[in-house]
Amino acid sequence: MDPADLTIAEAGARLRSGDLTAVDLLAAVRRRASMTEAILHAYLTIDHDGARAAATAADVALAQGRDLGSLHGIPIALKDNMVTRGIETTCSSRILAGYRPPYDATVVERLKAGGAVIVGKTNLDEFAMGSSTENSAYGPTRNPWDPDRVPGGSSGGSAAAVAVGSALAALGSDTGGSIRQPGSLTGTVGMKPTYGLVSRYGLIAFASSLDQIGPITRTVDDAVTVFEAIAGHDPSDATSYRGGVPEVRSTLDAGVKGLRIGIVGELSGEGTAPDVAANFRATVDALAGAGATIKELSLPSTAYALSAYYLIAPAECSANLARFDGVRYGPRLAGRSVEESMSATRRDGFGPEVTRRILLGTYALSAGYYDAFYGQAQKVRTLVIEDFRRAYSEVDVLVTPTSPTTAFAVGEKANDPLAMYLSDICTIPSNLAGDPAISVPSGLDSDGLPIGFQVLAPALGEAVMFRVASAVEQSSGFTGRPALATSAGAA
Amino acid sequence: MTWEAVIGIETHVELRTDSKMFCGCPTGFGAEPNTNICPVCLGLPGALPVPNETAIRWTIALGLALGSTITPHSVFHRKNYFYADLPKNYQISQFDLPLCAGGHLEIDPGTGVRRVGITRVHLEEDTGKSTHLGGGGRIHDSDATLLDFNRSGIPLMEVVSEPDISTPDEARAYAHELREVVLAMGISDARLEEGSMRFDANVSLRRIGTSALGTKVEVKNMNSLRSLQRALAYEIERQTRLLDSGAAITQETRHWDEEAGITHPGRSKEESSDYRYFAEPDLVPIVTTQETIATLRRDLPELPAARRARYVELGLEAAAARTLVAGPLGTLFEATLAAGAAPRRVANWLTGEIAAYLNRTGGDAGSLAIDATGLAQLVGMIETGKLSSTAAKEVLEGMLAGEGTPEQVAAARDLLQVSDEAEIAALVAAVLASHPDEVARVGAGEEKLVGFLVGQVMRAGQGKADPKVVDRLVRLQTHT
Repeated sequence: MDPADLTIAEAGARLRSGDLTAVDLLAAVRRRASMTEAILHAYLTIDHDGARAAATAADVALAQGRDLGSLHGIPIALKDNMVTRGIETTCSSRILAGYRPPYDATVVERLKAGGAVIVGKTNLDEFAMGSSTENSAYGPTRNPWDPDRVPGGSSGGSAAAVAVGSALAALGSDTGGSIRQPGSLTGTVGMKPTYGLVSRYGLIAFASSLDQIGPITRTVDDAVTVFEAIAGHDPSDATSYRGGVPEVRSTLDAGVKGLRIGIVGELSGEGTAPDVAANFRATVDALAGAGATIKELSLPSTAYALSAYYLIAPAECSANLARFDGVRYGPRLAGRSVEESMSATRRDGFGPEVTRRILLGTYALSAGYYDAFYGQAQKVRTLVIEDFRRAYSEVDVLVTPTSPTTAFAVGEKANDPLAMYLSDICTIPSNLAGDPAISVPSGLDSDGLPIGFQVLAPALGEAVMFRVASAVEQSSGFTGRPALATSAGAA
Repeated sequence: MTWEAVIGIETHVELRTDSKMFCGCPTGFGAEPNTNICPVCLGLPGALPVPNETAIRWTIALGLALGSTITPHSVFHRKNYFYADLPKNYQISQFDLPLCAGGHLEIDPGTGVRRVGITRVHLEEDTGKSTHLGGGGRIHDSDATLLDFNRSGIPLMEVVSEPDISTPDEARAYAHELREVVLAMGISDARLEEGSMRFDANVSLRRIGTSALGTKVEVKNMNSLRSLQRALAYEIERQTRLLDSGAAITQETRHWDEEAGITHPGRSKEESSDYRYFAEPDLVPIVTTQETIATLRRDLPELPAARRARYVELGLEAAAARTLVAGPLGTLFEATLAAGAAPRRVANWLTGEIAAYLNRTGGDAGSLAIDATGLAQLVGMIETGKLSSTAAKEVLEGMLAGEGTPEQVAAARDLLQVSDEAEIAALVAAVLASHPDEVARVGAGEEKLVGFLVGQVMRAGQGKADPKVVDRLVRLQTHT
């Protein structure tokens, strides 16, 4: 087997048995990238020298008996909105072209401390705003299952890299579904942790109260491994959770017997593609067959969740993105005054979707409109949290399709922002509530495109969330790989 | 006069914490530009703020000193505006849930003590510093702007007064008293010339006897207590003339020009700001418990007003109490009292001779060659009659010149007063014997000649005889 197709668990075993070196594993992943990048464009930057040095160091350490843990020697990709010391970090925006941060994000420090090999930085919708990775100033990423289709977004580069084997795992960020939806569209596992479990220090903010970093992997077991490596309190992030990280591995294979699983009427009906709906029902039936109790529930506030999200996220982004003015870093356009220079730099540097959201958010926060828009959206957010609380008094987890559709064609929704926004309907409520959620591949549709199944749990409920996800993974028997990976691996 | 002024003052106070408000960078003044900086205070992508707990505690403590209500769940907000020296293009500040709400400050403008209401005390981060090159230092005409982010993120406390102030003297007294309070608490250097304490004033006029507020003008850029007083006097006069001539006041921001002695309008663009405040999502609410409040209240130092009142109770003049509490000699005063000296006498020496010496030499209190023990001894020697007050001045001079303890100086300069009755009686007898006419006239009832005779005895004793004893013995011997 080509090492690029190994899971973290398999590669780890082979690294420790001496069958494989980290340098060879990196070479396999790099070979896969060199054969697929021209088609996919998953990466914005590949850190050749840094990755080689890290892989070499990992081999030396293992040879000396210093085992840094489960990620030791494992090639991992980072979404390009996490800062990396000395490595260009752009958020797929022209406004950060050439920007080399002077520090590493906390997650990057943790990965490095765990012996991981950072392969490079992956493509995203500019500043993580989008659901298709088409809104990148450096060109779109394509789906390895069908290069005419999008990989989802905004963490589309990370998802495509993991799906095709140009990384064994990747980090994404999820503000409204940006890890789970591309996971669903690329046949990978994408997980958003409870808000505050993973440090946001060094994650270039889109919407601070919603953003959370999480893993994209090929298996649930690998997602657990990456989650364990990156979660934990960080004094540099004031919103970081001070209690401990939930222990999840010991119950991973406990099965679903006796668990109460809720399905949400509002999130699995209208607008869901027939194949997706059928796959969802079949997956739920399989869980019931494995001993879970299925209960149908209503989350009435989800009808307003999307609207609330598209006020809160733009409002926060309008302030978060204010710092990009060309004064201290990034390209600077000239002007007759400081204000003119800032205006010109921003007008030129931000793409249309980012500009749209900044304007929307600025408007929503303006005097006279605040109460009607931002204030009201915060109230809806409270209602969503209360809805979830009620639901979790009756069930252990909720399940939904991750995305109403499988991968759509490149360009299909690019000029219809509203249609694009609607594809996040199932993922957004977890961000508003700050709860964990995971997307697991559960089958293919009639076009041979992967379908994702989402498991939602209450805050800090990662153990039961992973446990149900693992059961879905086993019952669906999904082990499919995109044709592009298979052909590249065989070549 | 038909108009009265209504003045409210916003005071910004930089806290003297070791590190900045939201990062670990040092706060020292005068470092090379852009050396006390990090990703957080430079607003680099991905950086996040972590609040400085000392700054929060100190702000709450000031609130307690001012009698404010402490907000149990206080919230930081983002104040959004674009400016080159504001690295994130928003300032982390506070909006509707400041740390402290309400309160008051007692001031004494010289016309009696009165209260000025406090609206709120909140905490925010300072901005960087812009230096405009060319164009007279104004941004719009300048060739280039240099940015120094050392100041960016230094904790900045904002104290907002109620519009309870009606004269420039009161404004000055308010600013002075607030400065005294933060200095007594040790929470700020409060150096006006370095900008670690800054004042903005809102001024409007209304007809005496009416209560509706007039159009207000914000006056900025006053860098000393004196310029605050002058700027307000100017602004009140300017508005009075306008209103007297029937013109209306424009709501605007005006900048005080110290050299020209006038205020001039800022750019009108600055007025129309909509700061789009919203709760800072990178921070969680600041929860202050009753226990924390109790601890902070217990740890409050004696405040200037209480200290002045204590001094007056000890017998000091109000003016001396003010001078000692405000000036550099308060610590020496306290230490000298602790060494057992008489308060009023110590105060007189400190606010008189010693203050004059500092003024003359330009030295600071810490470098004085005199300490509490020496000063207490000096005062003790006067009380026990070992030194006359004239001689004491000379002894003090010697002490300040570093000649040693008062005993040593008095001995070396031969200034010790003679209090021995027998010795003085002999001196008196000798002098009286050589002035038989005067003695006879006193005996005939010419009492005023007693003074002459005392003077002669003092002269004969080279000024060292205790004048009280001399006086008594002269009277005794001329009236027998």
